Amino acid sequence: MSTDTIVKLPDQATARMPKVSYLNKEHGILSWLLTGDHKRIAMLYLISLTFFFFIGGAMAGLIRLELLTPQSDLMAMDTYNKVFTMHGVIMIFFFLVPSVPATLGNFLIPMMIGAKDLALPKINLLSWYLYMAGGALALYAMITGGVDTGWTFTTPLSTHYVNTNVITTGLAAFIAGFSSIFTGLNFIVTIHRMRAPGMTWFRLPLYVWSHYAASVLMVLGTPVVAIAIVLVALERTIGIGVFDPTKGGDPLLFQHLFWFYSHPAVYIMILPGMGVVSEVVSTFSRKRVFGYTAVAFSSVAIAIFGFFVWAHHMYIMGLSNYSALLFSLLTMLVAVPSAIKIFNWAFTLYKGSITFETPMLYAFGFMGLFTIGGLTGVFLGVSGTDIHLTETYFIVAHFHFVMVGGMLMAFLAGIHFWWPKMTGRMYPEKISQLAAVTTFIGFNFTFFPQFMLGMLGMPRRYASYPAEFQILNVFSTAGASVLGVGYLLPVLYLVWSLKYGAIAGNNPWQATGLEWQTQSPPLTENFEKLPIVDHDAYDYEWLERQNQIQASEVSSVR
Amino acid sequence: MSHISPVIWQFLVKWMTNFAIIPPEASKIASEMDALLFFMTLVSLFGLTVVIILLVTFSSLYSRERHPVAEQIEGSTLLEATWTIIPLGLFLVMFVWGATIYFRVFTPPPNAMKIYVVGKQWMWKAEHPGGQHEINALHVPTGQPVELILISQDVFHSFSVPAFRVKREAIPGRYNTVWFEATAPGTYHLFCTQYCGTAHSVMGGDVVVQTPEDYQKWLAQSTSGTSLAQNGERIFSSLSCAACHNDRPDARGPNLANVYGAKLPLANGRTAVVDDEFLRNAILNPSQHLTEGYAPIMPTYQGQISEEGIISLIEYIKNLDSNYRIQQTMTTPDLLPESHGKAAPAAQGVK
Ligand code: HEC
Ligand SMILES: [Cu+2]
Ligand SMILES: [Cu+2]
Repeated sequence: MSTDTIVKLPDQATARMPKVSYLNKEHGILSWLLTGDHKRIAMLYLISLTFFFFIGGAMAGLIRLELLTPQSDLMAMDTYNKVFTMHGVIMIFFFLVPSVPATLGNFLIPMMIGAKDLALPKINLLSWYLYMAGGALALYAMITGGVDTGWTFTTPLSTHYVNTNVITTGLAAFIAGFSSIFTGLNFIVTIHRMRAPGMTWFRLPLYVWSHYAASVLMVLGTPVVAIAIVLVALERTIGIGVFDPTKGGDPLLFQHLFWFYSHPAVYIMILPGMGVVSEVVSTFSRKRVFGYTAVAFSSVAIAIFGFFVWAHHMYIMGLSNYSALLFSLLTMLVAVPSAIKIFNWAFTLYKGSITFETPMLYAFGFMGLFTIGGLTGVFLGVSGTDIHLTETYFIVAHFHFVMVGGMLMAFLAGIHFWWPKMTGRMYPEKISQLAAVTTFIGFNFTFFPQFMLGMLGMPRRYASYPAEFQILNVFSTAGASVLGVGYLLPVLYLVWSLKYGAIAGNNPWQATGLEWQTQSPPLTENFEKLPIVDHDAYDYEWLERQNQIQASEVSSVR
Repeated sequence: MSHISPVIWQFLVKWMTNFAIIPPEASKIASEMDALLFFMTLVSLFGLTVVIILLVTFSSLYSRERHPVAEQIEGSTLLEATWTIIPLGLFLVMFVWGATIYFRVFTPPPNAMKIYVVGKQWMWKAEHPGGQHEINALHVPTGQPVELILISQDVFHSFSVPAFRVKREAIPGRYNTVWFEATAPGTYHLFCTQYCGTAHSVMGGDVVVQTPEDYQKWLAQSTSGTSLAQNGERIFSSLSCAACHNDRPDARGPNLANVYGAKLPLANGRTAVVDDEFLRNAILNPSQHLTEGYAPIMPTYQGQISEEGIISLIEYIKNLDSNYRIQQTMTTPDLLPESHGKAAPAAQGVK
């Protein structure tokens, strides 16, 4: 691997951080808590998300420790059930769903389209408060006894059979849902209405396309899960009976409602990550993304098809054979756009000029792990093989490959890539490359054995298991400890870099996006004067010309 | 190897000697499932290899050192079409192949032997027609299709036997079915795979596959003395169903003899095929599909009969032909205590 780099930093001896930026325009805690600035809100999100990620991560640690031995010895079975439930609830509703959109999306969407802010800044702040309220409620539910329904809130277990904090946790997810509806709405309006002059739809960075698709899913899907949660609460409290067969209700109805949201939700989680990968791969290979329109439309295709495959979560629950047939066919179709994206990214490298800074390493990790996650998804989408594999560790491994191997890798790629823009300082390169490699290795050690466990039939959500599964579980737990280190490292060095990192300058990566054509960290209003766009996304020749013009201006001033 | 910690060493040895990537194949469908899994794994490995080769080759050929200036390429419709059509084609092959397996697993053959399974927090109860009850265990013979009729008394459960490659949810309020034909005698894991509360992870036990001879022996040893249908007859009379359902001409309810499997005209003008599901509904929600020509006078028995009771009633009605006395047509009448020593009559009236 080459050690060459594209990083172009200003002369550190003379470089200074910009005098005025969104970070220091106003002071005091209130100026943050009442801000309408999309960038400050993004930072608020980043801090709170990181907090929830580590809480969810601690739960994951407990799960892996318990599974070190076949008996349920570290904690009681009930405790284990609560731990994996809270792990799922926190990681999904309070980390994965908001992760890229609420932090990087918030920060970057207006900058990428050349706008001063999102269309609805106050709604944006409101959505952070909703997120925090939901998060606080979830923590409250956890501290006051927890909940043990699984993050899927399956009825009638959740409505009639457990007496833990189901309603509080449901309410927490409900509130967080509104936070994501508002974020999605804000993005849609902004992308429609606030593009700079000349920024046509097909000049948008693919990042914006993927966020647009994810936003549509958020706005259309989340209300359905909100309704499902309300129905669960009503059934629990006043026993309305929609899901209760003894009152003429249908317990499968809950499954339909829940997965009608929760399948698209996986695309809410992964699409923004795909957007990050498009930006990173293009920048570090100095090339326009191969087949721009194919990648853009594949995001849209995923968003559309994504709504018509939910019943693949219900193949063994008693669907009619023919609906299983239909949903399986549609699931095959939704797998294709993801394959298209992978190949387009791979061919973006072709005849490029590639360097391997940290964001690129994470993007490579994403491509490898997401390919595995996607292909194993086909095993679960094919109705026949799903019978054997569903509800086992195979499914656990599959969605962790997609969500953690895919989404979290993309999130980290994005955080490293835009860190200089967000903070004005570079992260330290060597140690962060080490962290990226550590994460990759730890990840595979943790989750690959789980595919094998699933093939062998080990069910998910088991506090104790037959002894023959122990060895693979030990591998998995060992891997998880490596993975934990991989996730802790960035927290440490990124915080360090806030003070000691090299001053980044406007465009350390020589990237083409509009966000890079302004100071780092940016002004509150993003641009000194609103940009006028006369070129496509990823136009490196335009950037070259731009640099030449600037150079000649500087020399003529001298 | 002395410098390797003995624990790790033992551990590795243990792993390598027990290494398995699939469970034992103990049913007819298992080898078909594994063939498809094998095919899909190969295709996936091939796809993954292609991606890795592309990433690695391009990364080394076009690293900045080797290739300082990128050449801008717009895209290629031909390539685009290639990687749309090839994956799509492969996915469709998997889809069709998988669907044939799915249809087989969930379409029981008519000659299958039926066993009822009730899931409840946190145990599996199997009810054999001959009156054998089992908890967290299931005995089945080889070489004979077995259809499981599953229902849950409380929450969702899922009946999973990895060695058979078969799994089906037991959900409240309706029967789900699945079938298999065991091929290899042995003891295999039975799991509940749908999360169902506190003791989910210990809700399971063993599936014991026996040769037909051993199975017959087991049936004889484990009989409770009363077949399901006989038990059903008892419930039928104790709940006074016979007050309305009898073969008298002035009966207030329809005659239930030979109703199972019949096409029943309903009051709403449709017809319904009488199967287990229909009978269950007729008992619990009689007002839902009223039989043509009758008044809605049948009371609901919701909450008064356990799932096992309903199953017994269904078995009773199934076996009813004319005289409201269950004809003992079980496969094992000679094994019932009262008929010990006697030759097995084809049909025997029961007191
Ligand atoms: C008060 C009289 C009455 C009693 C008691 C009664 N039924 Fe019925 N049952 C009816 C009538 C009338 C119908 C037809 C109308 C309908 O479908 O509700 C019927 C219909 C049925 C049917 C539908 C099949 C068909 O041919 O219509 C089944 C099965 C059945 N009853 C079973 C039972 C069982 C089992 C019990 C006892 C647990 C029972 N019934 C008790 C009056 C009764
Ligand atoms: Cu799905
Ligand atoms: Cu269960």
